[in-house]
Amino acid sequence: MSSTWFRRIKKGILTSTHEKKEAPDGLWHKCPECKTTTTVKELHDNMYVCLKCNYHNRINAEEYFEILFDGEYKLLFDNIVPKDMLGFVDIKSYASRIEDAQDNTGLPDAISVGVGHVKGREMLIACMNFNFIGGSMGSVVGEKICRSVDYCIEYHLPMLLIAKSGGARMMESAFSLMQMAKTSARLTLLARAGLPYISLMTDPTTGGVTASYAMLGDINIAEPNALIGFAGPRVIKETIKRELPAGFQRSEFLLEHGFLDFIVDRKNLKHKLAMVTDWFMKQPKAV
Amino acid sequence: MQFLDFEKPLEDLYAQISKLKEMSAKNQVDVTKSISELELSIDETKARIYTHLTPWQRVQLSRHPDRPYTLYYIEKVFSNFTELYGDRQVKDDKAIVGGMAELDGMPVMVLGHQKGVNTKMRQMRNFGMANPEGYRKALRLMKIAEKFNRPIITFIDTPGAYPGLEAEERGQAEAIARNLFEMVNLKVPVICIVIGEGASGGALGIGIGDKVMMLENTWYTVISPESCSSILWRSWSFKEKAAEQLRLTSEDMNQFGLVDGVIPEPLGGAHANPEAMAAIIKEFLISTIQDLYKFDAETRITQRIEKFSKMGFYDEIEEEEKTEQSA
Ligand SMILES: [Zn+2]
Repeated sequence: MSSTWFRRIKKGILTSTHEKKEAPDGLWHKCPECKTTTTVKELHDNMYVCLKCNYHNRINAEEYFEILFDGEYKLLFDNIVPKDMLGFVDIKSYASRIEDAQDNTGLPDAISVGVGHVKGREMLIACMNFNFIGGSMGSVVGEKICRSVDYCIEYHLPMLLIAKSGGARMMESAFSLMQMAKTSARLTLLARAGLPYISLMTDPTTGGVTASYAMLGDINIAEPNALIGFAGPRVIKETIKRELPAGFQRSEFLLEHGFLDFIVDRKNLKHKLAMVTDWFMKQPKAV
Repeated sequence: MQFLDFEKPLEDLYAQISKLKEMSAKNQVDVTKSISELELSIDETKARIYTHLTPWQRVQLSRHPDRPYTLYYIEKVFSNFTELYGDRQVKDDKAIVGGMAELDGMPVMVLGHQKGVNTKMRQMRNFGMANPEGYRKALRLMKIAEKFNRPIITFIDTPGAYPGLEAEERGQAEAIARNLFEMVNLKVPVICIVIGEGASGGALGIGIGDKVMMLENTWYTVISPESCSSILWRSWSFKEKAAEQLRLTSEDMNQFGLVDGVIPEPLGGAHANPEAMAAIIKEFLISTIQDLYKFDAETRITQRIEKFSKMGFYDEIEEEEKTEQSA
């Protein structure tokens, strides 16, 4: 049972994700928010956060793993790859969308799972890749989240999920919808095992991802100014037929309305993560 | 009676029957024979039309203006219904209704999306599109049912959760997510039936159960064919094509194992004979609840988790073939 992704790895068609990563081309990067120009190296060293205006550029799993893990980490379940079972064709076939996305990203699908140490605390991090078909949730995303839960239970680990997704993957139709049910169901097992589940929402987190595992954390946290919602702003605007207020569906808006525990800057993320993990995992002193 | 495009041959036949009846009343002629011939012809036409429906025609049937909604089934299938209102936090959402009822003498909790039956009611019911309060009311009712060991029945019929400004402010996503998580662990039997439209998270938000069924002429998937067309084809005019590609019919969903079964509709669809449809649902519910009570709560929950865990398709490359992936 081979897949195109795997065959192409074997044929050496895929470059490593490192060479292909979405790092802005050339030596200079212009902030999409404040238009300040910095070197790509400076941006990288600042965790892809604008030095001037604190704009959090979108990054994917590889960058988050580099930021959060103490060096070495192990990728899990990368042998699970997507398949076009329905033969779905719109203006393009799903099969070719998968192939293109794999070629462009060097990734098997829209989520990567890593296990390693965060300031010495062993932890599993599942992180979505927005560059893979808009970070859409299909069967592979659902399955990898479920296996992550199982892994955490087996090895008694805390779980961090970094969401970044446009929602369900339409080309998998009801199979993608049911990933909402599947992941929520499996997360009940993690809860039963008394292990912490931290959900970090990043720009953007919308649709079925928000309406399932992204909102089910023991704590739900977010990066600053991330778009987080159920319906997309365009759909809402069309429905209510008026402009949306400034800051609508941004992290700060959600915090204000009581749907986030806190907002965390990418630069403090590792520190905060270690701290809350300790709170969850520390054994109380014997009395 | 209202007729969809592909139901037009029936409209003519019904018109002929009423004309004959009128004539016989006026002129005292016996038209019994002609009428029974026409009725036979109606049955044949129905059999021809409804056994060869395209996915898009099924979608149209699921939205048929004469199709029964949740409150109709509540009235016909159950007795002693007491509606319960409100989420105890913000307000009462009219797009989801529910309450205490008895099914063949057994106390149950029944709830579902409710669409309006006329223009005014459609607005009042927000076209069956619930706000977070609807999902939270539903969960509140389900928790009461759990506490008193009453089975839960949900009827699904929604074009989607409401994409409004206040819905976002009050946490539409959180409300749906919470329901998914909580419904998985309900200790009582839960039966969900798609009676019309099963659109996306708005449907799933009351759709986690031991038995998830679809009536024959309903659809259930991640997005409506219209929205799918507009997003993937970048045009509203590919809804028929989208309906085909999405494989959203009860037949497909059952074949994929994404629902537990299909409940057949009377010939001509639920709207052609609502009473018969209600009777079929009633019989199904009574026997299914009995079956579900043969398992203890823990077994039912485990089976629920296992059932949803199996959903999905992917390839799995054997470990030893895999290239070194350590970073
Ligand atoms: Zn900037």
